[in-house]
Amino acid sequence: MAKITFPVEASHIMMFANAIGDTNPVYHDAAAAKESEVGGIVPPPSFAQAVAQFDPDYFLRPKPGQKWFGSAKGPSGIEGKPTSTGGLHAEQHYEYHLPVHAGDVLTAETLPGKTWERESKRAGKLTFRERVTEYRNQKGELAITARGVGVTTERPVDQG
Amino acid sequence: MALKASALKVGDTHSERVVENLSRTQLVQYAGASGDYNPLHTDEVYTTQVAGYPSVFAHGMLTMGLTSKMLVNFVGPGRLTKFGVRFTNQVWPGDTLDSVATVEAIRDEAGVKLVDLKLSTTNQDGKEVVSGSATARIDP
Repeated sequence: MAKITFPVEASHIMMFANAIGDTNPVYHDAAAAKESEVGGIVPPPSFAQAVAQFDPDYFLRPKPGQKWFGSAKGPSGIEGKPTSTGGLHAEQHYEYHLPVHAGDVLTAETLPGKTWERESKRAGKLTFRERVTEYRNQKGELAITARGVGVTTERPVDQG
Repeated sequence: MALKASALKVGDTHSERVVENLSRTQLVQYAGASGDYNPLHTDEVYTTQVAGYPSVFAHGMLTMGLTSKMLVNFVGPGRLTKFGVRFTNQVWPGDTLDSVATVEAIRDEAGVKLVDLKLSTTNQDGKEVVSGSATARIDP
């Protein structure tokens, strides 16, 4: 898989922190962050996932000239689309090796992981896919390792 | 600000209400910030009529982010060495979530003091939506 360049920017961190309702000054106040132990604006622990913004092929972002499966004139922009939903997120794990600050430029590389299946009462056959992404900083040092597990369900998860 | 090993013991907890009456607008906000525009989180028409769910629901990663707010308030920014979660139930608009960290171990690794935490986020019905664990560097 291609390497993705992920500039870690203060305004993006602020928007991400707003979205999770986190008012910690280290995410938006450069002066307060500088005085704190971390020495400058840092991203929240799950921010690495926002690398999706910088992936030109990310499949969960509408792209010009391509059909999008969300609703438009009809309930889906793709006719005859099966009711499968592209999957759900089952697990996410991070290991933090080195500090990351606003201004750093990370390079993310995703490695293929394991695939396995399981039967579930609530959603039928579950197919799990693991993805490991390594984020290196501008010095080439490993800063974050992310391991995500996605699951595709046979049918929508029963809420009963 | 940082936690001190001398002032912590196994079984200590820290908890916070991390969201109250979760709005669909916050799901839109999270989609925009994270770049994950899966219609399951923001498009009620698609999600109810095509995907077959009762309404849009939160990104798992939003629930992880909400859980991280409690976690960083407890251990301090820049202190985590590991943070992992499993998404055990979906989170819906209108949900109110509480997150708790419980001290499982306090240990030394290569001269660094670490705390191992068990994490749990539950909804207003007491149903767990995230279970996880984290490790953070702490002061002596």
